[in-house]
Amino acid sequence: MACFLVPAGEAIVTSVVQKVVEKKEKKADAEGSKNTGLSWSRRLGWLNKLLWGGTILLALEHIWHGEVVPWPPFLTAMANPADVAPMLHEMALFGGAMAITITVIWGIMIVIAELKAKAMPEAKVKPISGGE
Amino acid sequence: MWLIMTLLAAIIVTAIWYVKAPEDKYKLGLLSLMFWGATLMWFVDHVMAYLTEGGEFFEINLDATLLGIAVVIFALFVWEIALLVSDPKGVLKRVLKR
Repeated sequence: MACFLVPAGEAIVTSVVQKVVEKKEKKADAEGSKNTGLSWSRRLGWLNKLLWGGTILLALEHIWHGEVVPWPPFLTAMANPADVAPMLHEMALFGGAMAITITVIWGIMIVIAELKAKAMPEAKVKPISGGE
Repeated sequence: MWLIMTLLAAIIVTAIWYVKAPEDKYKLGLLSLMFWGATLMWFVDHVMAYLTEGGEFFEINLDATLLGIAVVIFALFVWEIALLVSDPKGVLKRVLKR
């Protein structure tokens, strides 16, 4: 019904966090502190792309199925008060599971990337590309 | 069906990204992560729906196939907008300077 709104909410929060972290890293770079491995802004960038990509494409699917409409109240389930409680339940169950899965997969990606970076000799360590 | 088509798109784009890596001039990493994000979310959605409501795991019919095509086209459209905005080859700048 509107499960994609939960990962969308997470995406908004992580996007704000990424911007703040990016500013801090730029400030730290300007002060000359040494950075090793993947930066946190880059790691968060991967999470944001997973979350926003999924949210945008799931929104299209919901529009296709007539669950989201371009006029108020935007969610067809909101038009009938009896549908609101099942909608919130579905959002919590399905949307929560989606957000947790994406975050766990992202965590696994970060661990693998870090292990790979650590396994390389220091001179050969290059930033891992993917979703610049 | 849209889950299968999005997964296929994710696998293909990731393979192309890997061939071109570490260079990511054309933001294939972005497109790849977009497809993977949607694939993971739909996979969770399908599993949860299958466990709670039962029925068929994959919806295979014309409507679901058309939705799959629409999803891939929309993702490519979003990626192309991101590409044109960042303009990594500076093409738009050169065209506008003429």
